[in-house]
Parts: sequence; structure tokens; C-alpha cells
Amino acid sequence: MVTLAEVSHSLSTTAGLEVRGLHLWRGERHLLRAVSFALQPGELLQVVGPNGAGKTSLLRCVAGLIEAESGEIQWQGAALRTNRDAFHRQLAYLGHINALKAELTALENLRYSVGMRRQVSLEQTQATLARLQIAHCADLPARSLSAGQKRRVALARVILSGASLWILDEPITNLDVDGIACVESCLAEHLQGGGSILTAAHQPLLEHHPQSRSLRLH
Amino acid sequence: MEPGLLQIVMLVVARELRLAVRHWDQVVQPLIFFVVVTTLFPLAISPSLSELRNIAPGVVWVAAMLASLLSLESLFRPDVEDGTMEQWALSGQPLALLLLAKTVTHWLLTGLPLVMMAPWMGTALGLPVSVWPVLAGSLALGTATLSILGAIGAALTVAVRRGSVLLALLVLPLEMPVLIFGARAVDLATHGEAVAGPLNLLAAMLLLCLALGPFAMSAAMRVSME
Repeated sequence: MVTLAEVSHSLSTTAGLEVRGLHLWRGERHLLRAVSFALQPGELLQVVGPNGAGKTSLLRCVAGLIEAESGEIQWQGAALRTNRDAFHRQLAYLGHINALKAELTALENLRYSVGMRRQVSLEQTQATLARLQIAHCADLPARSLSAGQKRRVALARVILSGASLWILDEPITNLDVDGIACVESCLAEHLQGGGSILTAAHQPLLEHHPQSRSLRLH
Repeated sequence: MEPGLLQIVMLVVARELRLAVRHWDQVVQPLIFFVVVTTLFPLAISPSLSELRNIAPGVVWVAAMLASLLSLESLFRPDVEDGTMEQWALSGQPLALLLLAKTVTHWLLTGLPLVMMAPWMGTALGLPVSVWPVLAGSLALGTATLSILGAIGAALTVAVRRGSVLLALLVLPLEMPVLIFGARAVDLATHGEAVAGPLNLLAAMLLLCLALGPFAMSAAMRVSME
């Protein structure tokens, strides 16, 4: 016999991302001390804290780029280390570097990076670039784009990836006021569609969104 | 729709080829190095073909090996520095396969031209035309093995600043057997002896590297990216 409470509990723990008791050392520093949080579909969790508090390390750790000394990360109820590939197929990660090749155009960059995950049509790609107000940059080499335009191309990759979990490290760096508003509307839309977002930023993102929370690192 | 493994490989190859077209100067660099080194020997030693003929197998092989090492130092570095490698590691696709596809494309762009150029350089050093197939064949097997060994070393040292010396120290001892058997095969062929032995050993080394190398590359790369 399974009670209703147990069913709803198992649902709430299996659907999203759950991090329990994460400890991370970088060299001699004990950077993350017992960090725990849960992230459900439709939620945004913003990691805040001063420079050097370990925001980027936490995001990289959750993404699976660095191994934590202890603690558990679960995605949809299964430990990350046992189903890493399945987790990564549903994850879009934006680091503080944009992962763009300077020699390739914005469209080529997107074709080769998004193509690793799924097939998107040229129209879809162009529509996403237009959404981020950089339609005119599609055929320019990434080298000739401004820092803000490069950031937007990188964000286009995240949107086009079709992933349900977005991990965004300082997504609005170098963006102007228009750009930030545009990104916020994309984030809100992603949450609306049942996606979840883990982000680190110095400025609050989607501050008044009902599903937005923050996690403070010291 | 999710792409299949073959599509992923084609995507990596297409990307590498396009990047190679955009900076072709880096692609021809190893070939130029190879040609320059082999043509310097007659100037330094002696123009007499009978003398050069004896050292030609060794000269061609050492030049090919150093050219390969030279080109592999920067195999993964740009991708790691601009974040592409992180995206590959997080793509949910087997990293070993992606790195192997990249290495094979790199060999097609830098190793294969070298293999095709080698007979001409050999002839310039006095090797008879009858040795061409053995020279090109041994180099094809050998440079492919060197590429995979070098790629493992490149993945290990990619996070190290000025890693090129470390790469040479790590990889050269592993590459010695390839050099020994490769040069030996060409040497045997110039004296008209059977070459099946060293060529088989080169092929065996290539198969071993092809089978195990990609996993070593991906493990090394994940450590380097931490």
C-alpha cells in the first residue's frame, strides 16, 4: 500500500534536481560546505554570493564538470554518476566563456554545437537569433561580434538545445538593458514550459517571478 | 530528433574541415617542417646519394615523428580554451568518440599529406622507387599511431601552461617503438629484405591505439577540464 502523501513525495523528489550535502575543496580551500537544494520543474534558483564564494564551482559541480569530494546530486531520482549521459542530454550549460569559434559565423557555431544534441532547422535557428535581437549577425564571424552579441549567440545555443535544465553562469554579462529584458522573457518562457533554471548572477534575474528563489553562498 | 553516432562523427569532421579551411596556414605547417628538415640533411652531411641512402629511412621517420608532435601540441588547446570542449563533455554524446573523430580528421589533414610527400623526400635522399610503397605504408600506419598517442598526451597536458615540453617528454618514450619498427621496415626494404614483420607490428600498434586510445583521451580530457 502506498499512501497519497508518499506518492506526491516521490513525485516531488524524482522530477527535478536534488543536491544534498555537497562539499567541494579547491586546492587548500573548503569552498562549498554542505550545500543542499532542490530544483523542481518550472523553478528558477539563483545562486548569489560575493566573488570567490564558489558560485561557478557549484554550477560546474552540478553540471558534472568537476567531481565533488562528498555529497549527492540526483536528477529525476537517480544519482548523477550512474546516468551522466542521460542527464547531460537534458542539460544546457552556459559557462562564463561562450564556447564560440572566432573563425565560424554565428549560424555555423550554432549548427555545430546544437547539432550535437538535436536537429534544428535553419528557420528555427534564425528565429531564435531574431528573438535575441541579433538576426543581422547570423552570417558574421564570431570574431567580429561585440561581447554582448557573442553572449546572445551563446544564449541562442541554450534555447535551441531543447534541454529541460538550464545551468547559466552569469548569463547577462555584457548585455544591455534591452538584452537583459529579452533574456528574462526567454527564461520566464522556459519556466512556463516546465523547464528549470539554475543560475548565478550578480544582478537579480526574474526577481518578481513567483517561482524564483535564491541560494546564498558565503 | 536526436542525431545518431554517425551523424555526430560527420558533424565533428565537417566542423574540423571548415576550421582547417579558415586557418590553413596552421594545417600546412607540419608538412613544411617535414620538407625543410629532410632537405637540410643533404646540405649538412653530404650530397652523395650512396651516403644519404643509408640514413634516409631514419631521417624521413624522425622528421615525420617530430612534425606529428609539433602539430599535436595544439590539437585540443583552442577548443578547451574557448569552452567548446566543455560543451562536448556535457553533450551527452560519448566524449571518446568525439575526440577520436577530431584526431582522425587531424591526421587526414596533417598526417596524410606527409605520407604522400614522404616518397618524394625519400627519393631526394637516394631511396629507390621500389621502396615507395613500404615507406608510405609504414608512415601511414605509424603517423596514425603517433596521432592517437599524441592526442592522449595533448589531452593530458592541455591544462598545463607551456605544456609542449611536457607533452614531448610524456609521448616520445611511447612513440619509440613506432619509430624503431617504422624506420626498420624502410631500411629492410632498401636492402630488398622481407618487411612483413615490422609492418605487422606497426599495424598491431595502430589497432591497439585505436581500440584503447579514445578512452584514455576522454578520461585525460575530463581530468584536464576539472
